Amino acid sequence: MINVTINKKAIELDVDPQMPLLYALRDELQLTGTKFGCGAGQCGACTVHLNGQAIRSCITPISAVANQKITTIEGLDEHNNDKVQIAWREYKVPQCGYCQSGQIMSASALLAKTANPSDKQIDDFMQGNICRCGTYKRIKAAIKSAANSEPSANETLVKENR
Amino acid sequence: MTAIENVSRRNFIKAAGITSGGFILGINLPLSAKTLDPAKAAASTLNFFVSIAIDGIVSIVCHRSEMGQGIRTSVPQIIADELGANWDKVNVVQAKADAKYGSQGTAGSASIRSHFTTIRQMGAIARDMLEQAAASIWQVDKSAVKAGNHVVTHSATGQQISFAELAPHAAKLTPPDAKNVTLKNTKDFSLIGKDVSLTDLNEIVAGQATYAQDIQLPNMLIATIVRPPVVGGKVLSFDASQAKKIKGVVDVIALKPRSIPVATNPLSGVAVLATNTWAALEGRKKLTVEWDLGANSTHSSESHKQALVKKVNQQGSVAAHKGDIYTHQYQSENTLEATYTVPYNNHSPMETPAATAIVTDEKCTIWAGTQNPQWAQGIVATELGYSQEEHHKIELNITLMGGAFGRKSKADFIVEAVELAKATKRPVKVIWSREDDIQHGYYQSIAANYHKAELTASGSADFWISRVAYPPIGWLWNADLKSPQPNDLALGFGDIPFALNNLSLETQESESYVRPGWLRSVACINNGFALGSFVDELAVKANLSTRQMWLNLLGDDRHVNPSENNYEYSNYNLAMTEHPLDTKRMKSLINLICDKAEVEKPLPKNQGWGISFLRSFGSFVAAATKVEVTNNKVTVLAMHTAIDCGIVVTPDRVTAQMEGAMIMGLSIALMGEISVKDGVVEQSNFHDAPVTRIHQVPELYVHIVQSDAPPGGVGEPGVPPIIPSITNAIYHASNIRIRDLPVNKVLTV
Repeated sequence: MINVTINKKAIELDVDPQMPLLYALRDELQLTGTKFGCGAGQCGACTVHLNGQAIRSCITPISAVANQKITTIEGLDEHNNDKVQIAWREYKVPQCGYCQSGQIMSASALLAKTANPSDKQIDDFMQGNICRCGTYKRIKAAIKSAANSEPSANETLVKENR
Repeated sequence: MTAIENVSRRNFIKAAGITSGGFILGINLPLSAKTLDPAKAAASTLNFFVSIAIDGIVSIVCHRSEMGQGIRTSVPQIIADELGANWDKVNVVQAKADAKYGSQGTAGSASIRSHFTTIRQMGAIARDMLEQAAASIWQVDKSAVKAGNHVVTHSATGQQISFAELAPHAAKLTPPDAKNVTLKNTKDFSLIGKDVSLTDLNEIVAGQATYAQDIQLPNMLIATIVRPPVVGGKVLSFDASQAKKIKGVVDVIALKPRSIPVATNPLSGVAVLATNTWAALEGRKKLTVEWDLGANSTHSSESHKQALVKKVNQQGSVAAHKGDIYTHQYQSENTLEATYTVPYNNHSPMETPAATAIVTDEKCTIWAGTQNPQWAQGIVATELGYSQEEHHKIELNITLMGGAFGRKSKADFIVEAVELAKATKRPVKVIWSREDDIQHGYYQSIAANYHKAELTASGSADFWISRVAYPPIGWLWNADLKSPQPNDLALGFGDIPFALNNLSLETQESESYVRPGWLRSVACINNGFALGSFVDELAVKANLSTRQMWLNLLGDDRHVNPSENNYEYSNYNLAMTEHPLDTKRMKSLINLICDKAEVEKPLPKNQGWGISFLRSFGSFVAAATKVEVTNNKVTVLAMHTAIDCGIVVTPDRVTAQMEGAMIMGLSIALMGEISVKDGVVEQSNFHDAPVTRIHQVPELYVHIVQSDAPPGGVGEPGVPPIIPSITNAIYHASNIRIRDLPVNKVLTV
């Protein structure tokens, strides 16, 4: 039995200790907001928070997070109104939307660490999250909006053109 | 039809908006537009459903599939506009696969450009019925009333009746013929052309949107499949003993052997089925399979490319011609010839293919993200031995797609799920790993293009030879097919819009060794890259700006008719009268992009602008890119796209598609490559099959031309001009001419 706190709920899981957290969330707990993208920690679609830090759940064995706190997209905010989610809606970031749970979880972890990230800090932190639809420009604008930092002229344009 | 229930919105939505609404409208319309669907939808009628609940909520069916393009917003938005509905009272219902909807094949950027009128008619018919109902109540002529704002208003008195009140009366009326309803004047559009709230935005941001990978059913098995490493390979034997020892593994099953032509069939292989994903993946690791790799195991993409290059440098089969090329004596100092190549490219949608199926003796139920529901339905029917009349026994539920880009037009992964669900008599979800997706895709074809032309005294060119060779997609169904067909050539090859007196468009043959497929803008990728590069090279040779060369080549304002060159041009199945190849629109777009991006402004020595243009899928798109090349490293600084796609339905989604197309074009140009050695794909995951990441993204600008012209496509046409705009920019920054993609073969990206 592995004990883990997921979205503030104590959970007891009877699974292979080597099972990546991703599959425990999706298959065992029906928390399907966290996505499979590569299975190798290369795309960030599976990003969740471990004690507030962004981790790739597809390469994190469930045993490695025993007795720790996991937050998934479903638990980010009770009303789905985390400042990152609000900004994501405001900038209409998603296209297909599949990678966006991971993007949002990464962005939220970034802002927890760096309240007003620079372009470079955003690039560095978000580099592990792929969006094949190419929503990066809006991701960057939304992160700045959530951080209450000044968007660039080009990013303002996105908002005005909406 | 008229049963009224007082249902809450929640229950109403649960009931899929069809059975519990106050007003249910089923309309039969002839399908006015031909489709690009290879499947040729079995039925030729379109039924679209609009229903209005007692609380006034209008449920609108979206019959097309969502892959990120925003169609679940745009289709209902068009209907709601014609209906006179308020957007905040619209509930979107996803259609299942059903021939009654007409074409559901969501491909070829066709949803709006090919079906705009019929979609509008769905709303207009419903509006007409509501207006008729109100007119009867007021005992006035229908012309005295008008629907809008979710009510019908009597123009003279200002009296109003809500849609909710009118719905039960309207439902008793016979729907008018589509040809007898009046569509709105474009100036009266209330929703079309405006940005409305996006249908799935809230669910996506909350992690609550459902994709094919997310389907969970009681008693369900998860299947992962080891497929033959080489296309055409077969399983000789396998040993499942170790795999079956993994806790959770329930069965290991060899899939039905398949052969060439591969069509859209599964590739066969061996499936490991387990009660959870991890067990299935662990079991797969323990599985050993002995393969007969087959004839394609000698394939090397590098030598195939060289063979194609050789071929396009020789005279080919003439697909279109004008004047006389071959008796002409070319003046070498004014003549330019160049060969351009692109490698195989994979779609790599973030959501790998997945499908879930249940097969019983009575029916088959499927959940899948598919671009082509009815095609898949038909293929599954054949697989299960169902007759045409029994297609309804296949219930295909369409989920959101986590990206598709053409990959999910193919039904192979759905058939895999059906095959395994039938064998196990349990619900089965087939999931593809990233390695599966990259190594067993339907690749954008490796291709070679050749151009030769002679500069004229007036700064234009003539005596133009253009040749192309690549494995044609039709090979999937006809293994003897070696050349692109007339329809393929319409994609940026046969429709060369230049004012030329002498032209020869030729094809060469190509063998096929892996599965070719449609990738966002398809052959416009190689054709657009070659044409856009060659125009830039001509400009350099003529010592003109690239803008000026484009303008000179396009010549006078006119409507180009490629069929004049003895070529049967299909114009993306659009009417030439409504969607002409208008050189005036082309030139104005080229001028627009150059002006907006200020491409002729002086730049530092190691920076450069590149531009290009292609009209595709009925839309005109120009692109400009600025790069810096320092120490053999290219940095993309800015990208602009200008699109003239006629009437715009959802401006923000057009902008989003152009932003996305710039990023995808950037991926293809800088790093897009799937290579094959000994018949096996060499790449396996994002580390060796990279796509653009956030730190590589420059400033992006989108310019949308205001137009009343009939709508063109949006999903694909952004991609083709981006690619040569990047390589042209590299040339202007560094004098390094990239004719062989991707760029990262010669420059760090």
